[in-house]
Amino acid sequence: MWSWVLHRITGVAIFFFLLVHILDTALVRVSPEAYNAVIGTYQTPIMGLGEVALVGAIVFHAFNGLRIILIDFWSKGTRYQKVMFYVVIALWVLTMLAFTPRHLINVFSH
Amino acid sequence: MSTVTVEAAQGPALGDDLEAAPPGSFLVTLIIRRYIPEIDDEPRWQDFDVRVLPTDRILDALHKIKWEQDGSLTFRRSCAHGICGSDAMRINGRNRLACKTLIKDLDPSKPIYVEAIKGLPLEKDLVVDMEPFFESYRQIQPFLIASSAPPEGRERIQNAVARERFDDTTKCILCAACTSSCPVFWTDGQYFGPAAIVNAHRFIFDDRDEGSKVRLDILNDKEGVWRCRTTFNCSEACPRGIEVTKAIQEVKQALLTHRS
Ligand code: SF4
Ligand code: FES
Repeated sequence: MWSWVLHRITGVAIFFFLLVHILDTALVRVSPEAYNAVIGTYQTPIMGLGEVALVGAIVFHAFNGLRIILIDFWSKGTRYQKVMFYVVIALWVLTMLAFTPRHLINVFSH
Repeated sequence: MSTVTVEAAQGPALGDDLEAAPPGSFLVTLIIRRYIPEIDDEPRWQDFDVRVLPTDRILDALHKIKWEQDGSLTFRRSCAHGICGSDAMRINGRNRLACKTLIKDLDPSKPIYVEAIKGLPLEKDLVVDMEPFFESYRQIQPFLIASSAPPEGRERIQNAVARERFDDTTKCILCAACTSSCPVFWTDGQYFGPAAIVNAHRFIFDDRDEGSKVRLDILNDKEGVWRCRTTFNCSEACPRGIEVTKAIQEVKQALLTHRS
């Protein structure tokens, strides 16, 4: 149940990010200055933390997506769904441990 | 296990007291979601203190309340031994059979919450209208479909391997614990639900049956098997230990491989 709830939440969050992201990228066609101005506002520590959340959501959604594919197509998938969920959590923690410090050093050293 | 002998019977007990408060018994609080349509506009929670033994079941506690404290408490039960499927209810937030849930397997030092299963229309106290549930069950045609008659004076023979294929799904007692634990079913009552799919699986993978095409077609519907989001609530709820999600996945696979 929780894997599904998290998958939903991260999925919807990623969708809205992509929506905004496509809009702001499309802005470059309208006016490069406006584009630069908008992108400029992203260079703040708050956005830096937001990026951690975004990467966290994407990483979870990606790993859990693989788990769901295994549940769907591997005949033993349903039996090992719990184990695979813990593996997803473990991989997520590892990835975030590797990513977050480096990223935050980048963000805050500007 | 019996660490919960809080209020064991004290003093020289007479026969009567012994029956009222047997050694090892203790008081437990049940908080039951009551709804009597003639009186209540909205369901309400009501507390009951019951003296139980650790080895009593929730069903015994409900009986004690009904027989000794409040005769209006309404719930279904028939066999009291986990085979008729009448008494699925939500106990401490999980769907279980009241007759298979021992007090000691819950935490009796805290109140125990008991309410009707979710997603089906509430009729009274712990009783819901099971009709939508059985309607889905009927729709998947849960009976043998065969064009030929069985060999004269004999049963239809099936070998052990072929029988094993659907063994798990023959165990269903139609208690609705699975279907009423499914978040998809809560929000979309049209969804066939796990129990109907389990019982379709029981015939789809039976090699004596010739109706699997029909049943697969029915479950290929938009309210059929594809509504399953593999939340695994059903597998965790099933009191018969059926791997419900596995059965649903197998039906999905059959749909993927039989056509295209
Ligand atoms: S599959 Fe299990 S939980 Fe669902 S109705 Fe059958 S016995 Fe009850
Ligand atoms: S009363 Fe029959 S299953 Fe519980």
